[in-house]
Amino acid sequence: MAIDAATVRKVARLARIAEPEDRLEPLAKELSGILNWIEQLNEVDTDGVEPMTTSVETALPMRDDIVTDGGDPAKVLANAPKANKNFFVVPKVVE
Amino acid sequence: MSSRRPRRRWRWRAPRTSAAPAGEAGRLEGAPLGIKDLFCTEGVESTAASKILRGFKPTYESTVSANLWRDGAVMLGKLNMDEFAMGSSNETSAWGPVANPWRAEGGNAKLTPGGSSGGSASAVAAELCLGATATDTGGSIRQPAAFTGTVGIKPTYGRCSRWGIVAFASSLDQAGPMARTVEDTAILLSSMAGHDPKDSTSLPVETPDFASFCGKSVKGLRVGIPKEYRVDGMPAEIEKLWEQGIAWLKEAGCEIVEVSLPHTKYALPAYYIIAPAEASSNLARYDGMRYGLRVDGQNLTDTYEKSRAEGFGDEVKRRILIGTYVLSAGYYDAYYLKALKVRRRIADDFDQAWQKVDALLTPTAPSAAFALGEKSDDPVAMYLNDIFTVTVNLAGLPGMSVPAGVDAGGLPLGLQLIGRNLDEGTLFSLGSAIEKAADFRAKPAKWW
Repeated sequence: MAIDAATVRKVARLARIAEPEDRLEPLAKELSGILNWIEQLNEVDTDGVEPMTTSVETALPMRDDIVTDGGDPAKVLANAPKANKNFFVVPKVVE
Repeated sequence: MSSRRPRRRWRWRAPRTSAAPAGEAGRLEGAPLGIKDLFCTEGVESTAASKILRGFKPTYESTVSANLWRDGAVMLGKLNMDEFAMGSSNETSAWGPVANPWRAEGGNAKLTPGGSSGGSASAVAAELCLGATATDTGGSIRQPAAFTGTVGIKPTYGRCSRWGIVAFASSLDQAGPMARTVEDTAILLSSMAGHDPKDSTSLPVETPDFASFCGKSVKGLRVGIPKEYRVDGMPAEIEKLWEQGIAWLKEAGCEIVEVSLPHTKYALPAYYIIAPAEASSNLARYDGMRYGLRVDGQNLTDTYEKSRAEGFGDEVKRRILIGTYVLSAGYYDAYYLKALKVRRRIADDFDQAWQKVDALLTPTAPSAAFALGEKSDDPVAMYLNDIFTVTVNLAGLPGMSVPAGVDAGGLPLGLQLIGRNLDEGTLFSLGSAIEKAADFRAKPAKWW
């Protein structure tokens, strides 16, 4: 299926990646090329086939619901682009 | 390799040197290793070869690297790779491509070491380190091993903990070692592997002493030759090498059986839905708020969009966009769900094969190392590099590449062995049988 520039604009928005207007056309072409190649999956009969989400067939392990780590804000904030005291500093979220 | 030396390792080493004479040396005591930059190393910049993680110094150590230090290994440095492990030639690295130490006879063109673990492969091939950690999501250990005349194994999914490894596609990512001999990879894997409660997909199983399988008789083992791996346009040299590998294993006493894996050709297109889908979700964490690059915008959304546009390279953006698209409303069933069903078909193919054989033998890659820049304009041509390796990731199986010969230009070629779940042991036995028969001694001429 071919995708157009408008679809790329929408998907880039969903993915939170700024794409300049002049990149939308070339990207649409590239992505269409990849998606066209992927279309061959339609040749495979998958009726009644259970989707495979993991190759590990065991049940997810459960652990006791207790605190095992934490209490080290300096470590948590060590790589923050902006921090103040024990907080991340982020752009204004609510207008 | 990064020249930054992690002082901490050397501090850790200090008491151990005195312990060694007392017979308490670790099994990797003093082994100098390179670490792929996808592994978080405490206090040492870990970037996944992305601008978005420039300057990121983890405050923790990945489980796999911590296991290696526990056994006495030391880190020489971090190794370059494709950005977020997305690439087959090392050209997507934000820090520039790694060059292969190998060059074609009579040529000076810089060749790719493969990807994404190209830095690991090159450093091992050039003897800059004894071994290296690597990761494999679609072939990122095995294809670079084949391109550089080194040995690499991707173990069974869940053998090695993913904790502290920068995530690409969580249901496919698996760590493994690269080294110059089959036995070295066996020793390294025994140290790297093991159950880790911090990774919920880490398998709660004992780790065998893999080195004990090296050199073991392979007599009576049934080895399958999947006929679908004879693809159109495969170079005659690779076909010949494959035949040679079959002859070697026959001579060693294996029974060779033709098998069919009918859905092989659908593995790559399924992978290029599943891996980008998982990547688009995993890479949502790079929002410029808690760590990584932040580019200030006019508001919160603008800041997110600018940070990610500036921080990610073209191939990473391409995959995030594909992943976002196939997961978006209206396309989820047609693409993502379809791919998961095809994935099941591919895994079923292998299950059928295991009724008849103990392991499979295939070429590792459809060509020898190619020139840097040769395929970078065509994403699909680049993706086809992983045609023989990607099936294994989808099914979760172990796969190994062993150097087996050289092409007309003197460049190394590899053979791949694929095993049952958790049966790396058989791969080490077969791998060392091929290694012995091939007697691969070629080395790159030193130009660096």
